[in-house]
Amino acid sequence: MSETIQGIEELNLTRKDFVPDNEVRWCPGCGDYSVLANMQKTLPVMGVKKENYAFISGIGCSSRFPYYMDTYGFHSIHGRAPAIASGVKLANPDLSVWIITGDGDGFSIGGNHMIHALRRNIDMNIMLFNNRIYGLTKGQYSPTSQLGMKTKSSPFGSIDRPFNPSAIALGANATFISRALDVDAKGLQESIKRAQRHKGASFIEVYQNCVIFNDGEFADVENKATRADNALFVVHGEPMIFGKERDKGIIMKDNHPKVVSLGGDWSEKDLLVHDETNSIITNLLLEMTFDPLNPTPFGVLRAVEAPTYDDMLLSQIDEVTELKGKGTLEDLFYSGDVWEVK
Amino acid sequence: MTKKVIRINEATIRFAGDSGDGMQLTGTRFTEATAIVGNDLKTIPNYPSEIRAPLGTLAGVSAFQLMFGSSRVFTPGDLPDTLVAMNPAALKVHLKDLKKGGTILANSNAFTAKNLKMAGWEANPLEDGTLHDYTLYSMEMSKLVGKALEGSDLTSKGIERTKNMFALGVLFWMYNRPVEPTEAWLRKKFGKNPSIAEANITAMKTGYNYGETTEIFTTSYAVEKADLPKGKYRNITGNVAVAYGLVAAAEKAGKELFLGSYPITPASEILHTLSTLRNHGVKTFQAEDEIAGISSAIGASYAGDLACTTTSGPGMALKTEAIGLAIITELPLVIVNVQRGGPSTGMPTKMEQSDLLQAVHGRNSDAQIPVITAQDPADCFDCAFEAARVALKYMTPVILLTDGYLGQGSGPWLIPDPKDLPEIPVVHPDSSARGEAGFMPYSRDENEARPWALPGTPGLEHRIGGLEKENITGMVSQDPENHQLMTDIRANKVARITQEIPPSETFGDDKGKLLVIGWGSTHGSIHVAVERSRAAGQSVSQLHLRWVSPFPADLKAVCDNFDDILIPEVNSGQLSLLLKAELVRPIHQLNKVRGEPFRASEIENKINEILG
Repeated sequence: MSETIQGIEELNLTRKDFVPDNEVRWCPGCGDYSVLANMQKTLPVMGVKKENYAFISGIGCSSRFPYYMDTYGFHSIHGRAPAIASGVKLANPDLSVWIITGDGDGFSIGGNHMIHALRRNIDMNIMLFNNRIYGLTKGQYSPTSQLGMKTKSSPFGSIDRPFNPSAIALGANATFISRALDVDAKGLQESIKRAQRHKGASFIEVYQNCVIFNDGEFADVENKATRADNALFVVHGEPMIFGKERDKGIIMKDNHPKVVSLGGDWSEKDLLVHDETNSIITNLLLEMTFDPLNPTPFGVLRAVEAPTYDDMLLSQIDEVTELKGKGTLEDLFYSGDVWEVK
Repeated sequence: MTKKVIRINEATIRFAGDSGDGMQLTGTRFTEATAIVGNDLKTIPNYPSEIRAPLGTLAGVSAFQLMFGSSRVFTPGDLPDTLVAMNPAALKVHLKDLKKGGTILANSNAFTAKNLKMAGWEANPLEDGTLHDYTLYSMEMSKLVGKALEGSDLTSKGIERTKNMFALGVLFWMYNRPVEPTEAWLRKKFGKNPSIAEANITAMKTGYNYGETTEIFTTSYAVEKADLPKGKYRNITGNVAVAYGLVAAAEKAGKELFLGSYPITPASEILHTLSTLRNHGVKTFQAEDEIAGISSAIGASYAGDLACTTTSGPGMALKTEAIGLAIITELPLVIVNVQRGGPSTGMPTKMEQSDLLQAVHGRNSDAQIPVITAQDPADCFDCAFEAARVALKYMTPVILLTDGYLGQGSGPWLIPDPKDLPEIPVVHPDSSARGEAGFMPYSRDENEARPWALPGTPGLEHRIGGLEKENITGMVSQDPENHQLMTDIRANKVARITQEIPPSETFGDDKGKLLVIGWGSTHGSIHVAVERSRAAGQSVSQLHLRWVSPFPADLKAVCDNFDDILIPEVNSGQLSLLLKAELVRPIHQLNKVRGEPFRASEIENKINEILG
């Protein structure tokens, strides 16, 4: 940690260093603005040189993100950002690679790349902007849209059961999963920081409001007046407490999470304690996502250590080189049965 | 008994058996021994797409053919002189190809009533005179190895499995090849299992001695060394040659090599070969699918590796959109398509040349790309190297087309001295490339290539992507004038690669009645056909294209010197279509799609048909 702090002082970066000249072209009021601002605010204090950040995106509203960051950036094709980013990271492991994607880009057309990037645990950060709608194509339901949702392509209500992206990340054995709200600067910054520091594939799901095609989708947690009663912000090692008065908590009852009021029959010591290293707890939190009787969990849901693909690749190169010696073209060409014509 | 040794100039042998009989291995060992003797040669495998098709069936027959000779050998031969048939199905499938009067070596123990029935023989052809036009050596191979290996540690099944080595031993005797290289190879391969190695060596020697001592064999053949250019050689398949070409290019460019690939027949050996080369710093990434294969390569290219992706037709179809991305982002990338029979899954283990139009034109929009094609297994090395060199010089993806016949077939490779391979200069701009107005990621050098600025370089932060960019600045642009300009620049960049193509050389004369134009693996068959026709007095020459996009600058001038043009292709006429547009003149076509290369005789007949 002290190393990082030392790095920050030396680098002397500010938010302005990450803001390019070109104008941002998201719709006024879009949740993306807040995510961008918090990214630009957080990266300067991460101890990483500006030129070592690379932002890779696919297609969709959120995928314009790299154009609005004054870093290296690659706005690629629909769904393929995790695959492209994997190549970037393996070619230059010194880079801090960020993947910016949306619910359509990352979980519909690019679902395959997403799960494999997470499974391999390549040291990259994946930020999913989940607005539960296709925005750039002007309002069709997405794989995270709720059942019954009326959109341009589901005029009678969507009959597609939605994904819970963070649950898929867990299913793909992701080593870091976090969920944040576009309007919650503190939560966003915490997620960005933790993801940046995590060694391995980090997955951040951002609930992001689309003002044009799906306004108010997350109203219960976005609205300041109701957020505290509907959102559970988990902290590793601390009991699961929420509510405006911090008077509610989560207990385990009949193998299900259940909301209880504190002060009467229940006290803090009865509550479930968050453990980001325990996949059973993570799974339990994720199960609460669509459950109307439980709050929606936010924060770092999972963080475990595991070997990264990039490290293993480099060490394999080192080990084989150690064992066989540095390969030369001569060795390679003469590796078969050779004969000479004189 | 003294046995005769007859000198011959060339021979074609086909090994055929059940897919579990080890015919590919047997053929490869014979090839290695033949190469060491100093003959020129070419090989071609022919095997079913099932890993183990039902035992003894026609569908399960696997074959390997090679031609070797004392002068240059351009093809694996048309019709075999000698056929090794390990079971009735193998004989059934391949007998029709055997030259009249040819030789058959058969394992009579496999000609059981059950196997005969399964292969569709009504009676045993080894016994009923069916084969009286041929020289038949019917041998109890299974029984003979059983006897030779009595008391061995191997199970009876294990002993039975060595019968291919017996057949190999007989052939080694018959064609005067040394057994020692195979002996050494077996000891190395079964190092951990010496009893298997020794059993196979015994079986091979038993076969060799069987040829030498039994009276049924009276004659063996000697094929003198070929007069090949001086130097050191090894046998190489096209797929291995591609892998080596890429490794060599990376080293000469001072780059690390990155391969993003998804396994697919018949291209997987490139991935396999490169994955063994970690000590050359090679990074192989077995991606989750074809799209991720090329996408990871594009990412690696963006970050500064020499990046490549390898596949076959259906995989190429999946990579199409990403190829467009590599074109618009102007990143260097080598895309290798080892073509196979299609459409769709088609015939995975059979060769075809039918992805030419896909390579040249198969993308949305105007999306030109250089396409280079290899003419024989050893040439795959040069083409892979050249593809990488051009990709790096012009900042463009390049497609290399080979096919299953080149990829899995083999021939001798004159091993180049690494020092003689050209250096590939690569320049990455440093921080000083940032001017007052910032860094210009789409500025142009003398070849209109844009700078390859690598992430991690201070001050050159910039964004690229699939959206059209303004020339010079690289800002997103939907401006009509700019799109026209960028489309033209992308096309010009590819057209300019004609400057990399040496003047066309025809085999034969510079002018005459007929010019036979080919590309890719048809080179050998066309060469032999043209050679024979010329010997018979026909006015015919050969032009073989290496680059098919762009075409050589002198192509039209060369063609203008001939009255007629013939294009033989293992597709329904794809180069013909391109050249009709390029040359605006009629073209004779010879097309077939049977999952196999042309026989020289087929092309020769067509030449005679045109010239009379």
